[in-house]
Amino acid sequence: MDSTAEKITNMQGYKLHVIETDKYKTNTFVWKMKAPLTKEDVTKRALLPQVLQSSSANYPTTTALRSYLDELYGATLFIDLAKKSEYHIISFTLELANEKFLSDPAPLLKRGFELLSEVLSKPNVSGSAFEQETVNKEKRTLKQRIQSVYDDKMRYSNVRLLQEMCKGEPYALQVNGEAEDVEAITPENLYEYYIKAFAEDEMDLYVIGDVKEEEVKCLANDLLRFEDRTPKKLESTELQKKEKVQEIKEEQDVKQGKLNIGYRTNIIYGDSDYFALQLFNGIFGGFSHSKLFINVREKASLAYYVSSRLESHKGLMMVMSGIDLKNYDQAVGIIRDQLEAMKKGDFTDQELVQTKAVIRNQILETIDTSRGLTEILYHNVVAGKDIKLEQWINDIEKTTKEEIVAVANKIELDTIYFLTGSEAV
Amino acid sequence: MEKINFDQLQEELYHEKMSNGLNVYILPKKGFNKTFATFTTKYGSIDNTFVPLEKEEYVKVPDGIAHFLEHKLFEKEDGDVFQQFSRQGASANAFTSFTRTAYLFSSTSDVEKNLETLVDFVQDPYFSEKTVEKEKGIIGQEITMYDDNPDWRLYFGLIQNLYQNHPVKIDIAGTIESISHITKDLLYECYNTFYHPSNMLLFIVGPVDPSKFMDQLRENQAKKEYKEMPEIKRKFEDEPTQAAEQKQVLEMNVQTSKCLIGMKALHVDQSGDDLLKNELTMNVLLDLLFGKSSENYNQLYNEGLIDETFSYDYTQEQGFGFAMIGGDTENPDKLADQIKNMLFQAKNGTTFTEEQLDRAKKKKIGGFLRAVNSPEYIANQFTRYAFNDMNLFDVVPTLEKITLNDVKTMASEVISEERFSVCQVIPKK
Repeated sequence: MDSTAEKITNMQGYKLHVIETDKYKTNTFVWKMKAPLTKEDVTKRALLPQVLQSSSANYPTTTALRSYLDELYGATLFIDLAKKSEYHIISFTLELANEKFLSDPAPLLKRGFELLSEVLSKPNVSGSAFEQETVNKEKRTLKQRIQSVYDDKMRYSNVRLLQEMCKGEPYALQVNGEAEDVEAITPENLYEYYIKAFAEDEMDLYVIGDVKEEEVKCLANDLLRFEDRTPKKLESTELQKKEKVQEIKEEQDVKQGKLNIGYRTNIIYGDSDYFALQLFNGIFGGFSHSKLFINVREKASLAYYVSSRLESHKGLMMVMSGIDLKNYDQAVGIIRDQLEAMKKGDFTDQELVQTKAVIRNQILETIDTSRGLTEILYHNVVAGKDIKLEQWINDIEKTTKEEIVAVANKIELDTIYFLTGSEAV
Repeated sequence: MEKINFDQLQEELYHEKMSNGLNVYILPKKGFNKTFATFTTKYGSIDNTFVPLEKEEYVKVPDGIAHFLEHKLFEKEDGDVFQQFSRQGASANAFTSFTRTAYLFSSTSDVEKNLETLVDFVQDPYFSEKTVEKEKGIIGQEITMYDDNPDWRLYFGLIQNLYQNHPVKIDIAGTIESISHITKDLLYECYNTFYHPSNMLLFIVGPVDPSKFMDQLRENQAKKEYKEMPEIKRKFEDEPTQAAEQKQVLEMNVQTSKCLIGMKALHVDQSGDDLLKNELTMNVLLDLLFGKSSENYNQLYNEGLIDETFSYDYTQEQGFGFAMIGGDTENPDKLADQIKNMLFQAKNGTTFTEEQLDRAKKKKIGGFLRAVNSPEYIANQFTRYAFNDMNLFDVVPTLEKITLNDVKTMASEVISEERFSVCQVIPKK
């Protein structure tokens, strides 16, 4: 577990998290920017990082910037967007070879910092606007990205579930924003938003690899400096409650129906029963030994995939499955029965022990990759907590059956969404 | 047990061929929590015509049977192997490709037990008519799921355009109709032919002690009896070098069109160093032509013909091979024309510079380092390379030797109108 020892330092405008480990042949930088999720900003936040990574002041074309990345032994730079609770999070990930495995002793760590600094703080601008052409082509790509969700029916039905379930809450927004809001973005107002985001967002830099903390701090201090800020926090979100379960069926030309069911767990990361919730999810639907898999797939032969997963900061649980159109009632019935069984404590000690072992394994495996480790550590930033990994593992181990049953009884079915073929209805 | 050192990478690999013919490789990885193991047979969806063990005549088996067998091997008389793995804190899985079926687990504790479970469950089949019937419902849903997936339909549509006779054109899972003909006896026939240890490879990567694990495996294998296995006879019909169809358009329930341009490979009888050099040269050529730092990529992007889904890939195995280029697009016909033109320009003498080649190689070397951070990549790719008589750890030295001339020769030889094909998915009217 030593490899996860995270050293945190307050830098100018952001926090630096260094994890020294010699298990990788590369060094990874993850730059994260977090702000409240709002309809007004979300589409700009989806466009901004794409514009930043397509060219910069010193590499004014994509060809120039990408050639330089290739030159740095195929450094990879990519963008990820996420929502956690009602926050929108932009991540820039840069991964570079560690030169000790190369015959060429180029100082790649320093080059990595320089490049990150270039992309984040030396954009390709004239006056107070981004370059028009870059913005235009990235707007086009963004529209296509938003539209492409429709074509992947598994993703589409999950998005639709959240739109219906969280209607009126920011969480109903998609990470890529809204197609109708793309057009109004201009090189000027995007630049204005860029200034604002880098002045107000909560920002964190993770550096993971065979590095020395002191050297990383020096480089970070030299190359990445922003204004100090007090990040905006969400006002404590009120738990939403529906009077009646919503049932929504949408017809499309599909062969397989997509069944997505949303629940309110009423528990978030940092709550005392959060780890019991993890175990609940594991016994109920998280794995291939879980009740959903055994009963929907193995016993009833209704599905190839069926599982549940948690949104830890918003307090949601989503079940997803692909079924024959005619089997809707049977599948929904079996899934309901499994939740009822959990509420009654109808699970064995063996299921509990098994799930503890699998979750422990999952955590340890996740932290074997630099990105997985970053995501686990970042939970603390989102929730404003300081829960160590050792505590995760200990608390999972200590959780009792009674605690899990108590969690099951807090979980409320909210919305059932079914994407169905035209002939079935 | 032999030990092979890779100094530049600072890795050591241990190898032993067991007396029943099973090849075992162990790569210790310090600092990792996880141990990852794959147990793979050189048997995939293309192996549908063969002489069964202890028989004389060729048989042709139903499409999708290798994949079906993969599913069924997890079920035993006393229950499901997934359950056993999760009791031991492991996560298990399996996959079937054109040429391989792999069973795998990863775990951070009880590694010896999990390894024993992996080897034993794969080497002890239990098929019954009842469980075979039940699986048809589950796999039927897997097939329907892929039917609704436009990227999968596009990919397989293109392979079907390229190949006339070769079974690579058959969907790995088969069809609902073809799997209806699968029986327990057919499963045993395939199993007995292809799951002999001499046709298999076990790869373990993680924080492990190689000699301890070799001892365990030697002991495990000694308990099981295997007859000497004659060479497996597989049959493939002759395949023309040109593409079977020039173009196919699929109408689906999508909003964005998709377009893939395919090119059938030459020299698909290669293996070993020839194959390694051939596929790396082809990959370098594609990088030079369509990588994000290329002029072509930027031209296509600026014209609005491609977006971030654009990608390219080259696959070559014994008997088949293809390059594929494309992605989501607003104008599938124009994209197809432009990519073809770019390929023809490369054939007819686009000159690449030493500097570009050097950069493309650096990119690949860094990419290789990034890939070997991943235990999954090492185990899966090492196995694929070994089944083709190549060594994964020869990638960097082979790459370093590629010259501009190699790239030019490749372009002028392989790029040809008759080997092109286009597949498109467009919105249904």
